[in-house]
Amino acid sequence: MSRPSASTSSSSRSSRSRYGKEVKELQDALNQNKIESKRDAIRKIIDAMTRGKDVSMLFPDVAKNMETSNLELKKLVYLYIINYAKIMPDLAVMAVNSFRKDARDKTNPFLRALAIRTMGCIRVKLITEYLLDPLKESIKDEDSYVRKTAAICISKLYDVSPELIEEQGLLKLLENLLNDGNAMVVANAVCALLIVQESKGTTMLQLNPYTIQKILTAMNECNEWGVIYCLDALAMYIPEDGKEAEAILERVSPRLNHNNPGVVLSACKIMMKFLDYLQNPETIRQNALKMTAPLISLLSLGKEPEIQYVALKNINLIIQKRPIIIEKDIKVFFCNFNDPIYIKLQKLEVLSKLANNDNIQQILHELKEYTQEVDVEFVRKSVRTIGRCAIKLEKAAEKCVTALWECLKTKVNYVVMESIIVIRDIFRKYPRKYEMILKDLCENLKSIEDPEAKASMIWIIGEYVDTIENADSLLGNFSENFKDEPANVQHQILVAVMKLFLQRPNDGKELIHNLLKTATIECENPDLRDRAYIYWRMLSTDPELAKKIVFTERPTISDSSYTIENELLDKLIENIGNLSSVYTKKPESFVKKLRDVLNSKIADKIDDVYDQDQLMEGRPEDYSDQQGGSSNINENNYETSSQIQSQIQQSQVQQVTQKIDLLDLDENQPQQQQSQQQQQQQQLPTQQIQQPNQFQNIKIPFAEVLNSNTPGSQAQIQGLQIEAAFQKYGDKIVLDLKFTNKTQDKTFSAFGIKFNKNPFKLQPDAIEIQCQPVFPGSTQIAQSSINTNGPALEEPPQMPYKIQVALKTNLDVFYIFIPMSLSVLFSNTASITQQKFIELSQAQNMARKQEVLQIQIDPLKMKEKLERNYFFLIGVRKDERGVELLSYAATLVNGMPLLVNVIHTPTAINLQLQVPHPTLMPLLYQAIGFILTLN
Amino acid sequence: MISSIVFINHKGEILIYRVYKDDITRSETTQFCAKIVATKENKECPIINIDGTSFIHITIKDIVVLATTKVNVNVAMTLQFLYQLVKVCRAYFGGEFDENCIKKHFVLIYEILDEVMDYGVPQIADADLLKKYIQEGGLKPELMNDVEKLKQLTSQATGATSWRPPNLVYRKNEVYLDVIESVNVLMSVKGTILKADVAGSIQVKCLLSGMPECKFGMNDKLLMQREPRKPGQTTTDKGITIDDLKFHQCVKLPKFDKERAITFIPPDGQFELMTYRITENINLPFKIMPVYNELGKNKLEIRVKIKSIFEKNLFATNLAIKIPVPKNTANVSTNSAIGKAKHEPDQQGVIWRIKKYPGDFEALLRCEIDLGQTTNQQPWIKPPISMEFQVPMFTASGLRVRFLRIYEKAGYKPTKWIRYITKAGEYLHRL
Repeated sequence: MSRPSASTSSSSRSSRSRYGKEVKELQDALNQNKIESKRDAIRKIIDAMTRGKDVSMLFPDVAKNMETSNLELKKLVYLYIINYAKIMPDLAVMAVNSFRKDARDKTNPFLRALAIRTMGCIRVKLITEYLLDPLKESIKDEDSYVRKTAAICISKLYDVSPELIEEQGLLKLLENLLNDGNAMVVANAVCALLIVQESKGTTMLQLNPYTIQKILTAMNECNEWGVIYCLDALAMYIPEDGKEAEAILERVSPRLNHNNPGVVLSACKIMMKFLDYLQNPETIRQNALKMTAPLISLLSLGKEPEIQYVALKNINLIIQKRPIIIEKDIKVFFCNFNDPIYIKLQKLEVLSKLANNDNIQQILHELKEYTQEVDVEFVRKSVRTIGRCAIKLEKAAEKCVTALWECLKTKVNYVVMESIIVIRDIFRKYPRKYEMILKDLCENLKSIEDPEAKASMIWIIGEYVDTIENADSLLGNFSENFKDEPANVQHQILVAVMKLFLQRPNDGKELIHNLLKTATIECENPDLRDRAYIYWRMLSTDPELAKKIVFTERPTISDSSYTIENELLDKLIENIGNLSSVYTKKPESFVKKLRDVLNSKIADKIDDVYDQDQLMEGRPEDYSDQQGGSSNINENNYETSSQIQSQIQQSQVQQVTQKIDLLDLDENQPQQQQSQQQQQQQQLPTQQIQQPNQFQNIKIPFAEVLNSNTPGSQAQIQGLQIEAAFQKYGDKIVLDLKFTNKTQDKTFSAFGIKFNKNPFKLQPDAIEIQCQPVFPGSTQIAQSSINTNGPALEEPPQMPYKIQVALKTNLDVFYIFIPMSLSVLFSNTASITQQKFIELSQAQNMARKQEVLQIQIDPLKMKEKLERNYFFLIGVRKDERGVELLSYAATLVNGMPLLVNVIHTPTAINLQLQVPHPTLMPLLYQAIGFILTLN
Repeated sequence: MISSIVFINHKGEILIYRVYKDDITRSETTQFCAKIVATKENKECPIINIDGTSFIHITIKDIVVLATTKVNVNVAMTLQFLYQLVKVCRAYFGGEFDENCIKKHFVLIYEILDEVMDYGVPQIADADLLKKYIQEGGLKPELMNDVEKLKQLTSQATGATSWRPPNLVYRKNEVYLDVIESVNVLMSVKGTILKADVAGSIQVKCLLSGMPECKFGMNDKLLMQREPRKPGQTTTDKGITIDDLKFHQCVKLPKFDKERAITFIPPDGQFELMTYRITENINLPFKIMPVYNELGKNKLEIRVKIKSIFEKNLFATNLAIKIPVPKNTANVSTNSAIGKAKHEPDQQGVIWRIKKYPGDFEALLRCEIDLGQTTNQQPWIKPPISMEFQVPMFTASGLRVRFLRIYEKAGYKPTKWIRYITKAGEYLHRL
């Protein structure tokens, strides 16, 4: 025993020491002065790294060589550092100086770009800060090659330290790069903004007619990859009207002749989406047909198979949306003998979509040919496609059945089995029509192994017990192994034997008796056992009724199982060329990052709700610092806050008493509720039910608008923290403010407020804010009433919608941005009638968008919540698919209408938003989200 | 965007591993190598998602080139990029792309990977351009310090005509045009044409000084209809219908869209100006007429007659007709008047080779096939007969180059050379 173990340990020791020796040798080589020996050493290191060996212990030795003037060596060193910086953040700091130096190199733009590119890859938070200066300089570099690298670098660093990048205004600089004179810089800026947008979850690339022009111009001059980013950005734009859509299409459609398939598919994406905005059917037709030849070219022989695959997946979506695009060219979808299997299967999918009464003969001929090929999966799908054609095209069904008949005659095992499954569907669709095939079917019973085929066959026998003479003996054979069969086969045996007995009592008597006995006594499958019991009981009580039940008419089947739902289809069309279209799934279903962003948004809302609850409940600990300041100020503050609130409380008290009287509630509980706040908490639900229309707006949670580390505009003081939120109380808009003094020795007082010009003409009633002085460490709450008679800003609001506010104090002036929810701006009067709603929803100048809110809510509850916030239900109707559509509408304080059609699904709410201006879209979506999730 | 690019050999070993975004771990990739590449499952689908990571790959002979991502990336672009990457590598390695040369040049490949993609976003992937500033063994120090030269390079790389450097000078200005057509055809057992198309490409070798503007014209029906008829001209040539055209990025697409004129500033040297596709009025250069007989349980006879359908003064070269035979073929005896026919077991077929074949001519091959004993009961699934050939000075589509006009401010008159050739693409006849 001891000998082998000794030998293994010695061998491992020797290998370890050999390894150690290698490391030593590499270290020596790296520390030599000769450039060749250094280069060789680092080549060896990179080679080991590629193979997955850990060479991180050489970090200090490698990093020493960063400052070399030899560019090749430098690149290798950088490659190494990128790889290990994350696990050795302390050592990565060593690299910073070299980056800063190289990024300022005067002569060589490649060197500057290399430094910028590489430093972005070092994803260590610690050093990001040091990289900002060189990065800012490189954005303004005279060389476009450096600038295009800098654009991407901003998106890299954003992923490492988002706060820092935002604070330092780098995103603004990135946006400015959209105005760069060089097309490639613009294209990279577009791309970088989209990357940031995805991490951040809010719109970064503002698409408006101005930026659209910028992107369209850049597209003419940048390289093929740049063209793709530009197109993908354009595809997100919502055109204002048909005319604009047409103008953009005119610029995009020439790209269909590009030899890069990525460009072609991205161009198709825009075209497919924008066609929806066009009016003239002839223009639509002409534009649609422009795509035909380019799409088919993607499938021509010699095209890379992987690209053909993506093209086929997308064509499958495109023809479902607009069948006109590919009608005649079915031959391209015929399978070539040497096509990889994944292409063949996709081609079958497209063929079955294209099949119609004119071309079915030709398609069937091909399909029959395929059933003779070698690949089992392909053959089975070919047979299945024949069946799909039969079900889709009633006129051609007979031809398809004949083809399947031939398949049966081949006696090839898997062909026969698949044919049986398909024929079952055909019998269901066209009952009693193709009985001539039964004889050949029954001759193939022995070869059936596949459970689905077996179950299908038994179902067929059961269905035709009257025609198949030896049905009793066939079923008898199947019943012999009843206990060993899988559940679906067992079910079919039971049903078929039942049918046999009902139709031919004498032949089936013994069989059904034995079978019911086995099924009820020996079977463990509860479904099967129950069915057997039910049958038994039915037979013993009323056999005639049993016959009626068992032979009842079944709903017909159709080919719709293969078509994609319209809503998903539209989403996939927006993703032509992307992974989403290949997986036929929405992006968020396979991209974790998107899900995270979505979830965190929802979580934020929930958190806000939670915070909000705490505020309203007024738990003592929440106000402890306030009370610590001065308790009488605190009370004053509540008095000044608003008379409306006290009104609310009065009415609440009344309601509560009423309710207690009426319902004779448990006495223990309410007696203890003395404090106003506690009562308020208790009363809220009652109120909601009893007085749905008065003062019941949601309360928008406070947002921090001034951080205590931010100094005032005159830089005289810092330490004031402001939280603020616009609210709606009844018909009044108010600004709730919460000041917290975080200084040691200063007191803030004499607050005043002024708004910058804004789209909805909001302004405070009075400049002075009624508020007590805020002493060090204390918090004050104040309120300012708002009217809508201010000066207007002739620009539509952007997401996130914020109002710029100047806030004056005794010590300094602070400029802050206060976020505003659209829900605050809904007008109290329901001015939109049903008639008006229909008119508006058909109007041209409305922007439309589909959104989904992932929350579960009862339709009644939702109506109640929306109406409390002046979002009124206008009507309910059913669309062509029988889905109930609830139409809601609201009017903004400036008279703009907002329309929403709502469809409730069990897990979510589908919203069709219609607004007069596209930028209102996200705001409306956010507002609805607020209304439904808050309180 | 793309998280990493990986080169993998057929055993599933990683040859090149470059990470662009750190949302992916090496073990996720090695899992893909072990589960998919080593088991050959990658042949089943080029795009797979394993636990939230998408693996997008292409297979070049034995090498899998893989892009990984965690987001909803533009997959058409990604695949095209991978192919372009392989093209760039080939341009550096003299056309080769295999495990040996990847291992030999791995440092260079890493350098290329650093340049062609940044943070998972494709950047500059033009081989001719890259060669100017990425070279094996590093750039020459003269260039490194030549500020003007470097500026010129970066402005070319990011400019509107990134494919062409300025200030080129040739003593003799020349342009070579090659029109290369592949005919694809599938004929049924009875000889009816199930589908036929021509995939053509126009290859240009450009040795021109300065910044020439070129205008290229073919007998494109749609273009010829637009041209005003010259008085007295009685041309019967109405032109041919081209289904679709795809252009090199140098061609001005908006201009083509408006006027159907092909105008461009060409890259220097060899490039593919355009590819096209034609499905109407194709002149098939060969007709195949096979006869298949089962002479007994263990004996087959296949007779194949081919006929050339082009003018007598033209010749086809390097014909190879592959007649499939069953797996259990023991012996084949062949008999033909011209060429050589031989059973090649590794190809599972009889290959009939003819060096030179005149126009309007018929030839016959007779094969007698003896079958060995086999336990396999399944009937033989007959693959189609396939054919390879080249016919110089012939276009199956009837396409002709009508003009190539070159305008350069120096006003030189370049010499132009044009060649035509038609090759077999997938030229198949079901048996």
